[in-house]
Amino acid sequence: MNGSALEQGFYMVAATLFVLGVRLMGSPARARMGNWFLAVGMVLALGITVVFVPHFDHMLVVLGVMGLGVVAGVWSGRRVRMTAMPQMVALFNGLGGGAAALVAAGSLPSVSHLTQWPALLTMVLGSLSFGGSAVAFMKLQEWISGRKYGGLWRGAGLAFLTLAVLWCLYAGVQARLDLMAGVTAMGGAALAGALLAWPIGGADMPVVISLLNALTGLSAAATGFVLQNPLLIIAGTLVGASGTILTQQMSRAMHRSLRSVIWGSHVGQTAMSTVPEAVHPITADDVAMMLRYARKVIIVPGYGLAVARAQLEVKQVSDLLEGFGVEVLFGIHPVAGRMPGHMNVLMAEANVSYDRLWEMERINPRFRETDVVLVIGANDVTNPAARTAAGSPLYGMPILNVDQAGTVIVLKRSMGRGFAGVDNPLYQDPKTRMLFGDAKNSLATLVRELEGIA
Amino acid sequence: MVSFLAEAYIFVLAVLAGFQVISKVPSILHTPLMSATNAIHGIILVGALLVVFSAHNSGVFWTALGAVLFATMNLVGGFVVTDRILGLFRTDGGGRSE
Repeated sequence: MNGSALEQGFYMVAATLFVLGVRLMGSPARARMGNWFLAVGMVLALGITVVFVPHFDHMLVVLGVMGLGVVAGVWSGRRVRMTAMPQMVALFNGLGGGAAALVAAGSLPSVSHLTQWPALLTMVLGSLSFGGSAVAFMKLQEWISGRKYGGLWRGAGLAFLTLAVLWCLYAGVQARLDLMAGVTAMGGAALAGALLAWPIGGADMPVVISLLNALTGLSAAATGFVLQNPLLIIAGTLVGASGTILTQQMSRAMHRSLRSVIWGSHVGQTAMSTVPEAVHPITADDVAMMLRYARKVIIVPGYGLAVARAQLEVKQVSDLLEGFGVEVLFGIHPVAGRMPGHMNVLMAEANVSYDRLWEMERINPRFRETDVVLVIGANDVTNPAARTAAGSPLYGMPILNVDQAGTVIVLKRSMGRGFAGVDNPLYQDPKTRMLFGDAKNSLATLVRELEGIA
Repeated sequence: MVSFLAEAYIFVLAVLAGFQVISKVPSILHTPLMSATNAIHGIILVGALLVVFSAHNSGVFWTALGAVLFATMNLVGGFVVTDRILGLFRTDGGGRSE
């Protein structure tokens, strides 16, 4: 399909640019250059593919469709808000997976006895990712709610997928995989993907998005085996590796197994006391005084902060405090947000510099020497029961050790529980103060109080 | 034409390189990493083009053309979004990511 050595040489350069580009993504200062490496590699690969085509009548049609895709891609990429980034990534994921499945289906008439098997794999993986991503997108966009579906529906979807794949295997062994069998497998996989993603929601989203990313990457790699194209194998595998690593890290950070995320075996109800013990409320002017005369302050933002759209107010508070000579850092839990690393992007958007955004392992030793911690819209990731209560569903989950600081101020709408449905003993801790109310309003009041002190 | 065995070699080496490179990305950059890898799987566009160019019947042509559209949106959108995200990261000195 692609014989020329020159063409393969250019593909090799593109593959090198991909690996180097991802390597540059390892540092915030060079990451943007890394993205350009990737883009240049991509343009090179595409240019070579188009230039080396022997003779083709419908080039204008193809270029027209690509132009349409470019316009749609640039338009949606420019327009999307940073809070909506998870659904954007889910959407692109679904498009990539769907494209891989279509490529494999389109190559069915010309596959050999050997390459029909990676084609089948591509169609199944790509369609699973397509179906799952479509549902994930709709859930994140809040078009559909996270209703729990019984195991029956999901079982039925998986059974259908299994039957479709078995049929394809039979068809492939008997003669050759035909388009009809392929389309059935794609339909079954898309349905199964959608049914599997349907009940998963809320805080599990970072895991699901990472997993879908891995699936799409692997489907692209499998296409490389179908078309005998090393560049597709390398690029797809890079994505697969990235998705796999992120899935592992997110599951670990949430202290859930991948199986329990997918099968939605929900975190069990806790046997801990549900009697609300006394909490200590505080007013915004007291918080302002406390912060003003602190030496070191750590802010812990959770997704509740993004929901309340209070990022700018947080930045104002941090600026005012720095004006008073207070050292302010941000402690970011790995699963804060709706996708891996999401909270860092939201804080960066509010102009918080990245050397103040500290990840969990780095900031945890600092809590002991910190005077005041401000917890905003985060719950489970600060729950000390994860360290102490052996019976708690959260036990063993890596958390931010906010309870080791001098004083903890929790901004919260009400005494509601976090995603895990577990009481947070942090709130009853004698050194914790609760500032009740909408995060945006509370922070705006805090800003006014701080300005009043100045 | 690359033999199946050679492809398997490439796959295994790519897995090793991928895990090496990606495990070095700090969690602060996980969102741009994810949107960048999202753009990378737009490489499927190369596959879509190869199939379109060698299409012998209209069914295959239109199927692959659908893939071309999906993959182009995926690829271009992914790079635009990643560039935007990375443009937000800055240091205290006001320096932005290059």
